Amino acid sequence: MSDVYISRATRVAARSLDGEMMIMSALDSTLFTLNPVATLIWQSADGKTTLDQIVEQKICPEFDVPADEALRDAQAFVHDLAAHGILYVSDQPIGPATQEGTQ
Amino acid sequence: MSLMQELGQRALDRSVSLSVQLDVTYRCNERCVHCYLDHNDHGEMTTAEICGVLDQLAEAGVFFLTLSGGEVFMRRDFFEIVEHARSLMFCVKIKTNAFMIGKKEARRLRELAVQDVQVSIYSHRLAVHDAITLLPGSLKRSIAGIRLLRSHGVKVVIANVLMMQNRSDRSGVKQLANQLGAEYTIDPTITPMMDGDRSILRLGLDRAELKQVFRDPDLVDDVADFCAPPPQVSDDALRDLPCSAGHTACYISPYGDVFPCVQFPLPSGNVRRQKFLDIWRYSDQLNEVRSITLADLPVCSGCRHAGSCTRCPGLAYMEGNMRGPSVLDCEKSYARTGITTANMKLMQSGTASRGLVQIAAAQGA
Repeated sequence: MSDVYISRATRVAARSLDGEMMIMSALDSTLFTLNPVATLIWQSADGKTTLDQIVEQKICPEFDVPADEALRDAQAFVHDLAAHGILYVSDQPIGPATQEGTQ
Repeated sequence: MSLMQELGQRALDRSVSLSVQLDVTYRCNERCVHCYLDHNDHGEMTTAEICGVLDQLAEAGVFFLTLSGGEVFMRRDFFEIVEHARSLMFCVKIKTNAFMIGKKEARRLRELAVQDVQVSIYSHRLAVHDAITLLPGSLKRSIAGIRLLRSHGVKVVIANVLMMQNRSDRSGVKQLANQLGAEYTIDPTITPMMDGDRSILRLGLDRAELKQVFRDPDLVDDVADFCAPPPQVSDDALRDLPCSAGHTACYISPYGDVFPCVQFPLPSGNVRRQKFLDIWRYSDQLNEVRSITLADLPVCSGCRHAGSCTRCPGLAYMEGNMRGPSVLDCEKSYARTGITTANMKLMQSGTASRGLVQIAAAQGA
């Protein structure tokens, strides 16, 4: 799963509560709360940075976890949120104009 | 504990206002007979002021934002407000009569990913609905608005406020909601006017009607459980907070006045003069509201219904004492269970005061 780009979906509501994100999908009103690791992935999902880079540059230094384990968890998390329409995933950088079609 | 309850508890522990209702105007195209508002414009916040308040609310951690009125579409800048709110990632809910929703508005609400739109429908019968709104053609237009919203994929909740005029129409409105693909909710509460005038309370359901509503299997999942005698009041229940008003929720008027809740008109500050967070954290009024637990309520703490009553501290405040009983909720507890409340016993013995209104007019309103 190298060169996977992720971007926050636009059709959601989100707010940080004491360092953890609350996210509500407008599609099905499902409410999610993200733990601090998932919150950092969500906040880093700018559509321009790959998941590998996010894990290597942000998750591993911040949470002191082995890179392979962190990447495996991050991949599962990303797939889960993408399935709920909370994150967009692509093998190319994601811009605002392309977001709606790439979730 | 559900995820939503868990969030509420976390917000409470951290003194975060999770939900805010912001009324963007009190102006309205309808003149509902039971409405508690003064529809004249006494100096609404400007677009820039409202957007500035939204910035502050986002910074304060507010997640659920309800935009209401009056009729929100009376403001020509309403979509500017919604756009700004969504750019700040609020979970936006809108209350409207849908009279002014056309294709363009429905499409825009869908594009903005508004969470849901709540529309007040009083009856499925044109004559009854329009006699309540006092606006001819309003039911037809509201239904047309709902259809457009649904056809654009916007979630709609039909709110059916019950009063004597429409008491027999709840099943019809529920059926209408089903036909339109909307959710349905009822509210049997008529609220006193914000200036303290209680005359509109005469429109509310009487005891016999309330009893019927609470035993309607169309509205209540488990009637036997819902109407069962209240359980023993535990010590834990006595430590409970009366409701979220002032704890994890508050209300802001079109003039910037902050109150614990839309139904609790205790002036607590004004966002035109103070930062929202300063009001939220340091207002004497909000802190007083926060200090009250069930054990502090002189009459209600000794009531058999204490652990299960829907007592609204705002209605109690409008009846004269925020620590006192709310007669309207006593009526509901009695209609539900047939068991007299502590306040009813006091009233029967002539030792309870009633009808004392202590509302202070909000500054600028």
